[in-house]
Amino acid sequence: MTANAISRETDRLSACFVDAGAQPVWTDVLQSADTLLDLYGEDIRGRSYLTSDPVLGEMVLRPDFTVPVVQMHMQSHADPARYTYAGRVFRKQDMVPDRAREFVQVGYELMGGDDPAAAEAEVFATIRAALGDLPLRAATGDIGVLMAAVQGLQTTDARKSALLRHIWRPRRFRALLDRFGGRVPVPASRAALLAKADPLADAPPLAGVRTQAEIESRIAALREDAAAAPILGQEIALLDVILDLRATASQALDRLRDIAIDMPAIEPAVRRMARRLDALAARDVDVTALEFEGSYGRTSLEYYDGFVFGFYAAEGHLPPVATGGRYDALTARLGDTAVPAVGGVIRPDLVLAVKGDA
Amino acid sequence: MLKLGVPSKGRLMEKTFQWFGKRGITLRKSGSDREYAGTVDGIDGVDLVLLSAGEIPRELAAGRIQLGVTGSDLVREKLAQWETVVREVKPMGFGGADLIIAVPAGWVDVDTLDDLDAAAAAFRATHGHRLRIATKYHRLVREFLAHEGVADYALVDSQGATEGTIKNETAEAIADITSTGETLRANGLKILSDGMIHASQATLFRSSRSRWTCEQRDTFRTLEKLLGL
Repeated sequence: MTANAISRETDRLSACFVDAGAQPVWTDVLQSADTLLDLYGEDIRGRSYLTSDPVLGEMVLRPDFTVPVVQMHMQSHADPARYTYAGRVFRKQDMVPDRAREFVQVGYELMGGDDPAAAEAEVFATIRAALGDLPLRAATGDIGVLMAAVQGLQTTDARKSALLRHIWRPRRFRALLDRFGGRVPVPASRAALLAKADPLADAPPLAGVRTQAEIESRIAALREDAAAAPILGQEIALLDVILDLRATASQALDRLRDIAIDMPAIEPAVRRMARRLDALAARDVDVTALEFEGSYGRTSLEYYDGFVFGFYAAEGHLPPVATGGRYDALTARLGDTAVPAVGGVIRPDLVLAVKGDA
Repeated sequence: MLKLGVPSKGRLMEKTFQWFGKRGITLRKSGSDREYAGTVDGIDGVDLVLLSAGEIPRELAAGRIQLGVTGSDLVREKLAQWETVVREVKPMGFGGADLIIAVPAGWVDVDTLDDLDAAAAAFRATHGHRLRIATKYHRLVREFLAHEGVADYALVDSQGATEGTIKNETAEAIADITSTGETLRANGLKILSDGMIHASQATLFRSSRSRWTCEQRDTFRTLEKLLGL
């Protein structure tokens, strides 16, 4: 596969997105590390090429386009706005050394608008159209349904936010759920701490930034948690049904509607999924064949918080050829208000790799 | 020749010399104390190379030395997918040190990783930045915390006097090696009860044999016999 071929494929994909109404935008390869890595956290930091600038401080070779494009959008306030971009991104590959460390992404992002279901269908269908008739399998999921299910648990807000924080870390999520459900004992050190009338009475002197007030407030939170009733087994069982769900999108919708009878909190998210499937069907996507997984997107980037999707080569172990999803919460962290945002990227090198095999 | 890399100074060098000495191989620094050259008696075909312990993993990976003595923590930290690059020949039973996570002893509410994670969430919400963990073991700490599902922290680099970073307010917690915990206690820190990242000890490693000559393979077999492997 030559650089020329990738460049031609990049241009073809970009043209598809411009034809779909997107405005081309550019961002620097060298980005300020502070905002980006504070947002993404250590997992991405560990995979990013960092360098330091004597004037600007710590810089990073663009690990993806989402953050700079959102920042650009926050200046423009166009509503709705469609953007497309193409360029190299950089990721270290410690774990899978034979994967590319720099590769091109061609993206399509839709921000604003007042019909989220239609926006999601538009992004999915636009990316699918740009991929043409490549033999790819599409996988979809909905982090919004998971979040609604957690929010609907009959338990304290503190427990719900702890679980919501760890939707993207299945192992810690499970450990928390086991403890909140009373399935594992409270750690001995915590029980001992809470048994004391005044845990701070004979505490060693404190050093550093974290204050005594912060420690007191955490102890209060621990006491509140210890006093709260365990999450009921049948609620955890329902959550597990959602997490383990694997079906076609239309079957999954039926199952989720059944679950919503016992878990009314997910009703709005399920209605939203129904509207999305209608919007996808209106764009000629066969939702009776589209794959849906309850846990899809839980191990990808943390910023997706609604509809998520990926396109995969049928065989082999290539990374996904295209990925995308909704990331409203990320825009809220970068600006004063959240802007509805959904988008996706295609990797032209992988499009060509699949074409070569096809 | 089979090149054997050994830490160039301090207790690690002396203990390594003793370890080989007990097995009939005499390693010696040649010439003056400042000179980083050495001699090997008791086996033919082995060259002694004195290096900084921190450079030995890289030299093994590059194939510039075939054998090397260094801490198992350094190999894991410095080499991505270390098992595919070098092989452990023999743990040597000295130079033991644990890579652990420690927090101020005054944090009576934090004893486990679960506590650290919850404290990090509240800390980030209060202070507007992630809870900082000072360390020089970035890869090991990051992999450990990712596996354990700890969030809302950031690693900050500290190449020395790491225990002091908390008092200096450049970090809230540390991840460092300790053998007795004495320095930690002296600095008002305590170890998380489930925060053991790696129990390290001095270990004899070898490079991948695919690039070895026949002569080097023969020498290694003789060495294995002498060392009782």
